Amino acid sequence: MKKFALALGLALCCARMAWALPADLVLAVAAGDSDEQVAAVSKLVTSGDAGVAAFFQALLDGNVQVAGGKRVLIVKDQQGIDAASGEKVEPLPADLDDAVVNNRLRGTLESARSALRLASTDRAQRLAAVKTLEDGAGEEMLPLIGTALERETDADIRKLLALVQASVQLKSADAALRLAAVKALAQSDNPNTKMLLLGLLEKKGESYAEPDAGVRAAAQASLQAVQSRLSTADRINQIFTGVSLGSILLLAALGLAITYGLMGVINMAHGELIMVGAYATYLAQNLFRAQAPGLFDWYLLAAVPAAFFASALVGMALERSVIRFLYGRPLETLLATWGISLILIQSVRSLFGAQNVQVENPVWMSGGVEIIANVVFPWNRVVIIGFALAVLTLVWFLLTRTRLGLFVRAVTQNRGMASCVGVPTARVDTLAFGLGSGIAGLAGCALSQIGNVGPDLGQTYIVDSFMVVVLGGVGQLAGTVYAALGLGMANKFLEAWSGAVLAKIAILAFIIVFIQKRPQGLFALKGRMADA
Amino acid sequence: MMGPLASHIGRLYGRKGWIALALCAAVLFVAFPLANLALPKGNLLHISDYTVALTGKIMCYAIVALAMDLIWGYTGILSLGHGLFFALGGYAMGMYLMRMIGREGQYQSDLPDFMVFLNWKAYPWYWSFTEHFWYAALLVVLVPGLLAFVFGFFAFRSRIKGVYFSIITQALTFAFMLLFFRNDTGFGGNNGFTDFKRILGFHIATAETRMALFIASGFMLMLTLLFARAIVSSKFGRVLTAIRDAESRVMFSGYNPVHYKLFIWTVSAVICGIAGALYVPQVGIINPSEMSPANSIEIAIWVAVGGRGSLVGAILGAALVNGAKSVLTVAFPEYWLFFLGLLFILVTLFLPQGVIGLLNPSREKRA
Repeated sequence: MKKFALALGLALCCARMAWALPADLVLAVAAGDSDEQVAAVSKLVTSGDAGVAAFFQALLDGNVQVAGGKRVLIVKDQQGIDAASGEKVEPLPADLDDAVVNNRLRGTLESARSALRLASTDRAQRLAAVKTLEDGAGEEMLPLIGTALERETDADIRKLLALVQASVQLKSADAALRLAAVKALAQSDNPNTKMLLLGLLEKKGESYAEPDAGVRAAAQASLQAVQSRLSTADRINQIFTGVSLGSILLLAALGLAITYGLMGVINMAHGELIMVGAYATYLAQNLFRAQAPGLFDWYLLAAVPAAFFASALVGMALERSVIRFLYGRPLETLLATWGISLILIQSVRSLFGAQNVQVENPVWMSGGVEIIANVVFPWNRVVIIGFALAVLTLVWFLLTRTRLGLFVRAVTQNRGMASCVGVPTARVDTLAFGLGSGIAGLAGCALSQIGNVGPDLGQTYIVDSFMVVVLGGVGQLAGTVYAALGLGMANKFLEAWSGAVLAKIAILAFIIVFIQKRPQGLFALKGRMADA
Repeated sequence: MMGPLASHIGRLYGRKGWIALALCAAVLFVAFPLANLALPKGNLLHISDYTVALTGKIMCYAIVALAMDLIWGYTGILSLGHGLFFALGGYAMGMYLMRMIGREGQYQSDLPDFMVFLNWKAYPWYWSFTEHFWYAALLVVLVPGLLAFVFGFFAFRSRIKGVYFSIITQALTFAFMLLFFRNDTGFGGNNGFTDFKRILGFHIATAETRMALFIASGFMLMLTLLFARAIVSSKFGRVLTAIRDAESRVMFSGYNPVHYKLFIWTVSAVICGIAGALYVPQVGIINPSEMSPANSIEIAIWVAVGGRGSLVGAILGAALVNGAKSVLTVAFPEYWLFFLGLLFILVTLFLPQGVIGLLNPSREKRA
């Protein structure tokens, strides 16, 4: 893009050969010492000449060379033009040296380029320019910002621009100007503003960084306003990440709630069924990329059922071949399914390698939606929350409104009686186990969109999902939902307060203590069923 | 005074049993040291240092398997936390061994290298006195014992049993693993403890020290076997078996299962801790991956392979699985997990009595 712009710029200039920059300033930028360079850049910016943008761009791209320490050339593809006049130079002089762009100059150039773009006619470009300037504009940009502010018609950009202007004016020598700037900054919601204001209130030895007491008081008030806005943003972010983690836990634990909660089967391979779903998504993605690159953005539509059926098939095969023979012996089931998980992990390692594989987000899931300033909800997380809700509704519907659900509940409550009235219990077991495994596959599909996909994927979630089911209580979907959301939120809030690892340990400790008080979980079955 | 006790011990095994034990003792305490230290390298009967180290390691595992058999095979409680107790014992011993490095570490500091790396100036409080061997030995017993006692007290009192108990112990182990992975916990984080130099003043890498550790492990293994046998053949042991088979009936007969379970659970944890303390100086490293849930489940499979509720089976299982592991992970690293996974499945499906059950088909069948 940049190269194209430069090429276009070059073409235009070559056609018209029309710019005239002061040669001494150009030389100072290209070959002066650090202070001279920055000073020259700010002078050039205010000159308003058409060649400035092209010159700065060439500097940033490393296309500027100095001939004999005097003449500054923009050289690209063996074509040279004079940086000061824009005229073509033919042939190229022999004694060319690269102009050195250090980090300080680069920073100045970038903010100067943004300042120049403030004059662009494209709103998006102006907005982007303001955002760059927010993170650091020098005093030399002030005149440009001022003129841009006068010209600007868009209300949003005006607001941002005013804040940028204020943050630059803070450095001004005039106390009244500083006071106005500080007051204007109260409207800001940029975390940098907080640092800026805090800097004013800092004590340097005996005196404050800001000499004027009135300005300091105003800064204090502005600081509070900014801080409260920022902490609201923080809180919303925390709630969102908590809900997001909760939705992931819910997806991971829903399948377990069926196999463990309803059927009483301890499936230690549940995590690996999640992994199978994630790898199915990976395969679907590769298939789309190879066969139908045009439809790549919609590969998830195929991946979701693929993940479901892949895991469901694996799950049903396990039920038929191993778990069936261990009903009523939960401890043995635990060991056997652990063995299955080891075999699944090693199979995936042998097939796909031990490294993580890449699963890309479709374009419509990347990026995010900005709710308020500093609060961006990434689309993939939003989609997963919706997906978890959809899966939950579907499972609820299946269990309470369909014939299969009726059978599953009947077998759960009284296997013998269900069998007597003609429920094919063995088939129901297989199907229910397949359903639980399929939901694990869906969880894997969702997880592939936000995290790494590797052979150990399942191991990271197995302890967590068991905790959700144990906390929620056996045999009830509502318990699983509350436990997943509760654990997700608690985890994120504790994390902000004590760090990720300690938060996790605290949660585990809490569950261990909680189970002491209510061994049957949040939502215990009452009456005879409790001891079944 | 020694008369009744001696005759009590004498009754633990029959004549054949004692002869077998004496034979094992002869092999471990006479044949191994002679063949390893006295015979030259080229000799046909020479036992290599590798074999000694491997056998020593397996004996530590066998002690853990015995502890597991007491709690799972006899009492019916499947613990997925025994790897944690093993590692805690190992860490307690490791603290002493770290202290014994002195100034011979990379940074020639009084503090262990990892503390220098973290820029710590002094030992944290929980490291105090660990330079004394007796104190470290006390920790080896007390830390796993106390943790098991407190955890078990709450768990058994609220009648958590079966799979619930297994999952909760797994969560406990997982939490401790995360805790020990942190650098700030003060146990070396990821890398744990390693680079030990000496134990009780002896250099840790010499063949003689290694043989002494080997003999200590063998001695501990035999002691544990006799102790476990004494427990399970006593009246107390019969109550444990009764708890396994029908806990509510035991309760209705006037026993309080909580006391019995708590005692055997704590004893089992302490035995694991001791095994861990013997294990660490022999392998020369302890890190948090010893606490990973997978390790604890593997302990259960040793016991299941050998045969639950037979003590000797536990030892046999630990030896078989770990022997196979050390051969297969070298020969076919790709297939070891397949093999282990299949072992889990086949043993639970087809060998509920374990290998002992195969050797001894007349043993009464258990449901």
